[in-house]
Amino acid sequence: MNVIEKILAAHCSNGSQGHVRPGMIVEIAPDLTMANDATAVLAIDVFKHKLQAENVHDPARVVFIMDHYTPSCSIDAADTHQAMRAFAREQQLPFVYDGIGVCHQLMMERHVRPGQLIIGADSHTCNYGALGALSTGMGSTDVAVAWRTGRSWMKVPEAIRIEVSGAWPAGVCAKDLILRIVGDLTTSGATYQAMVFAGPAIRALGISERMTLCNMVIEAGAKFSYIQPDDKTAAFLRAAGRPDYPVFDDDADAVYARTLTYDVGSLEPQIACPGSVDNVHPIGAAEGIAIDEFFLGACTNGRYEDLEIAAQILRGKEVAAGSRLLVTPASRDVLLSAMASGVLATLIESGAMIANPGCSACFGGTGGILGKNEKLLTTANRNFKGRVGSPDSEIFLASPAVVAASAITGRITDPRRILQ
Amino acid sequence: MITGKSIVFGDNIDTDQIIGAHHLTRPSIAAMAPYSFEHHDHFRRDFAPGDIVVAGRNFGCGSSREQAPAVLKELGVAAVVAASFARIFFRNSINLGLTLIECPEAGKIRPLERLEIEGDSLLSLTTGRRFRIVPLPPFIQAFLDNGGVVAHLRTR
Repeated sequence: MNVIEKILAAHCSNGSQGHVRPGMIVEIAPDLTMANDATAVLAIDVFKHKLQAENVHDPARVVFIMDHYTPSCSIDAADTHQAMRAFAREQQLPFVYDGIGVCHQLMMERHVRPGQLIIGADSHTCNYGALGALSTGMGSTDVAVAWRTGRSWMKVPEAIRIEVSGAWPAGVCAKDLILRIVGDLTTSGATYQAMVFAGPAIRALGISERMTLCNMVIEAGAKFSYIQPDDKTAAFLRAAGRPDYPVFDDDADAVYARTLTYDVGSLEPQIACPGSVDNVHPIGAAEGIAIDEFFLGACTNGRYEDLEIAAQILRGKEVAAGSRLLVTPASRDVLLSAMASGVLATLIESGAMIANPGCSACFGGTGGILGKNEKLLTTANRNFKGRVGSPDSEIFLASPAVVAASAITGRITDPRRILQ
Repeated sequence: MITGKSIVFGDNIDTDQIIGAHHLTRPSIAAMAPYSFEHHDHFRRDFAPGDIVVAGRNFGCGSSREQAPAVLKELGVAAVVAASFARIFFRNSINLGLTLIECPEAGKIRPLERLEIEGDSLLSLTTGRRFRIVPLPPFIQAFLDNGGVVAHLRTR
């Protein structure tokens, strides 16, 4: 079996005798089930009214995170948050996070261990492969069923192995690679499959950049991401107080549906142009386009390292007149680190607006909403029509370095011009 | 048997387009449903309960929001016919009992054709053209036959 199949087999609850293969439908017992304020209330409704359930199977396996509409940005949002808090009290849920960060960032900081199987009512749950866990997004009903029964079902996916070699050029990072991969695979090219990242250029990445990579596999339709845990994973988990975990690996006869190879040595900064995440081009194709709003944040790129590279580019410079830069740290811990190191001060001095940790302008739920004909350059993961406000606005996706360099000029700008 | 007229979309219709994230805190699916396909004027103009949504590849990509199939069901969408579906949307629809029809040639169906779906056959009453349907796996069909995952669990 490959490592994906081995982790799934270890979580089977319906007697597959420890062996699974792609295409099999298996009943699984997830280690954790996450829901946020965009999805939890519907799950609570299903749990109480359709399942007519009273108690969750195991409160210690349920995580509640309020991040999409925090601080409550409307009366409906406030009602949503009240309903989540009431259910959490009633079920005595031990893990409830209220406006202190994006769900996936908090899961990585506080909960995820290698070898776990986690389901979440949010599509970017696929993120946790960065720490060697299998995780995937499901809907509210599936999550409610897992709360009640401790079980769910899955089709065992085929796996794609993505071998990445080469030395990362200055100004090129994990975001550029995953945009390139989604551009190559298209938005449905990995549907139902797991994406396993391997090779020296992946091992060279810190955990933060691995999260960026794994966050966006759903944009090619993938179900899981995975990176084999290594010494960097171990160091991250030691610092997080979770030093103990099992390690799974490919068997000698592991099978992959296909293998793709990339050499980052020749990779340029990439940009996803409006409308679809696979509308990806080398930055030269979009350089010079005037931008109204810049967003640095989201579960894709709101971590300390992302803020740090932006600060490095923006130090001593100012956001272009007539445009605006919104920076939203992915979590309170990220915000505290950026405060302590001076990164936050640098960003504020450059003219950035700083928002409370959360999903923020990744979508048009809270602040940073776009008006008619406005253009947004963002580090987030989706550029769907109308996602951040007006259906007549346009969204470009890129790395933190591209966003920071472009914020100085007010136009899409290649960060290598500044970092040279 | 399902009959209805086709309301046609292209490829990669994402769940943000089906129901925008800023509507997800509304108090009920019924309260969200009027905002379905908010920015698609032809849907808002042409759709009547019992109609069939027809689309190209990767329908329902993006967010995991179950509110997307739920609002379509609430509005009375009789079925969604698409060349292919995104994984989470597919699963959510099955769980809710929203009928999905995978039809590789869905892109050839034009707006406002009268469609008839019966068994493994999709017929355009407007053009007389018949289209192949990809059958659901038996495990999934059992969910749908029982009216979604919740009802299915009760039958076990």
